[in-house]
Amino acid sequence: MATETTEKQKSTRTMVLNMGPQHPSTHGVLRLLLELDGETLLKAVPDIGFLHTGIEKEFEVKTYQQGVTLTDRIDYLAPLSNNLTYCLAAEKLLGLEIPEHAQWMRVMLTELTRLNSHLVWLATHAIDIGAMSVFLYCFREREEILRIFEMFSGQRMMTSYFRIGGLALPAPRGWQKRVKDFIDIFPERIDQYENLLTNNQIWIGRTKGVGYISLEDMLDLGVTGPMLRAAGLKVDARKDSPYSSYEKFDFEVPTRTENDVYARYLLRVEEMRQSTKIIRQALEGMPSGSHQADAPGVVLPDREKMKTQMESLIYHFKIVTEGFRVPEGEVYQAVESPRGEVGCYMVSDGTQKPFRVHWRGPSFGNLQCTGKLIEGTLIADVIAALGSMDFVLGDTDR
Amino acid sequence: MAQAMIPENLQQDPVVAALADLATTAKFEFNELTIEIDTAKIVEALGRVKHKLGFERLTSVTGVDKFPAEPRFEVVYHLQALAGKQRLRLKARVSGQTPQIESVTSVYRGADWYERETFDLFGITFLNHPDLRRIMMPEDWEGHPLRKDYPITGTRY
Repeated sequence: MATETTEKQKSTRTMVLNMGPQHPSTHGVLRLLLELDGETLLKAVPDIGFLHTGIEKEFEVKTYQQGVTLTDRIDYLAPLSNNLTYCLAAEKLLGLEIPEHAQWMRVMLTELTRLNSHLVWLATHAIDIGAMSVFLYCFREREEILRIFEMFSGQRMMTSYFRIGGLALPAPRGWQKRVKDFIDIFPERIDQYENLLTNNQIWIGRTKGVGYISLEDMLDLGVTGPMLRAAGLKVDARKDSPYSSYEKFDFEVPTRTENDVYARYLLRVEEMRQSTKIIRQALEGMPSGSHQADAPGVVLPDREKMKTQMESLIYHFKIVTEGFRVPEGEVYQAVESPRGEVGCYMVSDGTQKPFRVHWRGPSFGNLQCTGKLIEGTLIADVIAALGSMDFVLGDTDR
Repeated sequence: MAQAMIPENLQQDPVVAALADLATTAKFEFNELTIEIDTAKIVEALGRVKHKLGFERLTSVTGVDKFPAEPRFEVVYHLQALAGKQRLRLKARVSGQTPQIESVTSVYRGADWYERETFDLFGITFLNHPDLRRIMMPEDWEGHPLRKDYPITGTRY
């Protein structure tokens, strides 16, 4: 009799719970199949692909310059990091020299993107765990960043401001003041968020010691970005293989060793401070010069020249109607996005359209460790642990 | 025989030298090293790359469709050595008739999803993969969207 009951209990003990694809804390459409033993999670199987839109296929039927607009839509929280990756890859194939002004502008705006992305992350991560007000404060600053983006490109989110050969438009009048006003108040604002969270007992209780995963597992599973740095490994493409003159900026790559949700929070907060530092340097030392490379066959001519000079008109017509040819070859460009390493593998066959573009989204790589990260924990911790990964499903599914 | 195909200026390169007996050709373009590996020896090559050469991270696995050329597919592996800040690209060719290659999940666990993605979008089978299912497309989807003969418009073939 006694054995029978244990048998029975064993066979009915676990429960499979379907979390998502529309669960608010999955930040997009991620579906998780959770096998539970009471409150304890035994097994987690992520199911992705709900946002797959065939962007890699679409690259193949668009000209190189048109492809820039697709990159915005891959990771919609860090559009400019993606623009940058794509443009750098194409520029490597073309052998283009980008003027210093454009390079610095790219650095400044990419760092603003990092702030934007980290702010959304902090806001949603906090609201997942129950801290409502942080959400409102973070979105207040994010709004300001989006206004700056709008000022530069006319778009708040899908900026497409970086183009192959430089920037889409010259910097707007008065941008210095706008950016300066923002970074002057921003460090204070970071203190505000920290005031609300860093020593908050509830926050600490929910995040400290939660979501541990060993460094070996992370490396083996291909995790990149803040998660690795929160485990003490100093990897950052901005330092390891500098691009777009990042080597000229003075900044630290913060690391922590605790390797839990709390450490990832502190790390990203510190990254925000470092980004502010980079933006200030870019703002103060911004070199003058052209916003586009001197490459008439690639870069659209000045409006004035187009209307007065025959050659410019022809170039304009050719670039717009058929695009430009890119020499044969293959390149891989890695950029440190807010989420980790975003990589663009571009193969050219010498025509006006890429032969193949593979997008290595950091969220895709990072999500692979979901099982390792949350198995064995309590179901309430799943939300905190998932939030600390900071994934974007558009980036995962492409 | 394989050694003869490797350009002379690359034969001294330590990474190329370590893989010389498995490689069919190598090139160094745009500051990036690409080594083409004999398809049957890909697991051995990646094992050596990880354990002897210190490329601890597999950044991505993907495919390239050279339709209608034969062998039709290239499977491309990007690797990264964090200590040496080095990057490496390995390639293996896969035929269009029997598109299959050994899975490297036994060496890098992180290859799992990348191989599933390549299987899903290119139809390349990875042998001995622990869980080879579609990952992006629905499970009952017909065809492999990233193949060059797959149409760009329309709902189905």
